Amino acid sequence: MKAITTDHLAKYYGKSRGIVDVNLSVDKGDFFGFIGPNGAGKSTTIRILLGLIKATDGTAEILGQDVQKYKTSILKKTGYLPSEASLYSNMRVKDVIRLSANLRKTDCRAEAQKLCDRLGLDTSKKVSELSLGNRKKTCIVCAMQHKPELYIFDEPTSGLDPLIQHEFYSILKERNKEGATVFLSSHVLSEIQRYCKHAAVIREGKLILSDSVDKLGNTGAKRVTLRGVCSIHGLKHTRDVKITQDTVSFLYSGEPVLLLKALSTLPVTDVTISEPDLEEVFMHYYTKEDGCGNL
Amino acid sequence: MEIFKHEIRQGRMALFVWTAAISFMIGICIMIYPEISSQMGEVSNMFAGMGSFSQAFGMDKINFGEFTGFFSVECGNVLGLGGAFFAAIIGISALAKEEKEHTAEFLLAHPVSRAEIISGKLFAIAAQIVILNVAVIAVTVLSVIAIGEDVPVKTFAMLFFAYFMMQFETAAVTFGISAFLSHNSFGAGIAIAAVFYFLNIVANLTEQAEILKYITPFGYTEGADIIMDNAINGRYLAAGIIFTVAGTVISFWKYQRKDIL
Repeated sequence: MKAITTDHLAKYYGKSRGIVDVNLSVDKGDFFGFIGPNGAGKSTTIRILLGLIKATDGTAEILGQDVQKYKTSILKKTGYLPSEASLYSNMRVKDVIRLSANLRKTDCRAEAQKLCDRLGLDTSKKVSELSLGNRKKTCIVCAMQHKPELYIFDEPTSGLDPLIQHEFYSILKERNKEGATVFLSSHVLSEIQRYCKHAAVIREGKLILSDSVDKLGNTGAKRVTLRGVCSIHGLKHTRDVKITQDTVSFLYSGEPVLLLKALSTLPVTDVTISEPDLEEVFMHYYTKEDGCGNL
Repeated sequence: MEIFKHEIRQGRMALFVWTAAISFMIGICIMIYPEISSQMGEVSNMFAGMGSFSQAFGMDKINFGEFTGFFSVECGNVLGLGGAFFAAIIGISALAKEEKEHTAEFLLAHPVSRAEIISGKLFAIAAQIVILNVAVIAVTVLSVIAIGEDVPVKTFAMLFFAYFMMQFETAAVTFGISAFLSHNSFGAGIAIAAVFYFLNIVANLTEQAEILKYITPFGYTEGADIIMDNAINGRYLAAGIIFTVAGTVISFWKYQRKDIL
């Protein structure tokens, strides 16, 4: 069974593009990363999935149910963390957490306490006194205390310190091992590489690829760094060329033999050929001038 | 039910302040009545000779020297305007404040339908209006007893019922408008209540503008008319009920279709 499926999903805000023809498929039990630059359409997609906004075209299903027809039923099984983490400023943290549990008609006190302890959240404070990180922790507790089947998190770690980020992902991994599906959007590609099994990249409202994180990183391109030269004229299949004094670094996706032939004609003093990190791979998809999937 | 309780908790301070302020003002108005009642004969003659000004506030039709006449104009204005402002503020902000502060996203990520949210908020608004009016009625009755006047039960019942309906109509109309807003607008709420009030003043000045009495809820709260006719004007009230229902229906219709950004 699929946890999330979208079929030709589109959203326009008047004439402005939100998302166009998004076909997304997330298996149940997956740990899925949703990657894209600001304004790419990540939050628009998530808001449609949660029924906050209506799609202009196409359909979306969560756990096999249409997001518009079965909104309430879906939300019972879902935990959502919004990117902005806005809460009622005049309430105390414990009251917000209780309100969230009451809205779900569930007694989550024991689980909420566990989560607060692990995240180091002081529940006696007023929301207006909280930092962004602590507001985020409060939202995390609200989204996780009822142990949902599906977690939809929009930029979950922004504002969290590294220790809490680590603890947060530990909790998510535990929930994922228990069978829950995790769908999160993030700008932090190292997080996606470290924790996600699958990922999709969205750019300018369009889903440009969706695959396992291993495959996404394994594009065949190599990072080549040459010392003793200041140009690589004549060498094809190169991108992301960086030149500093006597060093040239570039991503190469052509035949290895052609690279070696070209190098043999250059006054190279040192050569390093390595796998590009995921960040480099995704930067390719982020940039407009490059084509899609041509690494 | 949770939305209702949450709304009541969120609005309790504002409710307390408005209830205390209106009750205090009405209490003061009633308490000063014995002191100035002896001069009321002259005051009534003075008002009678003030032409359009008296007409605008309905003071040409009533005996200002009698307690009910004094109460309907002085206290009527306090509860009328104060109640309308309170109703307009809670009505206009009920839905819009959630979007302005981005708490709508928090609320709507829970398994609660939008219809439940609207119902909970509407019931909370109605409850707040009831609480305010009950407190004001209690203070009014106690103040009247304290100054040794008889409590005009039927007149009070009609006046307070009219004020309650007016506040609920104002809240329903502004609530309907709130469903279209994505930012909180206290100003718009207060402006709507003020426009309703001034439409009634214009309607009092000339019979040609009587149509305005059907538009403004202040049309059926006119104390002078209620005392003179010993009844609330049914046609104006019916128009008010239509506006109340329209505001409510529009809020359900719009909010259930709205994109929460």
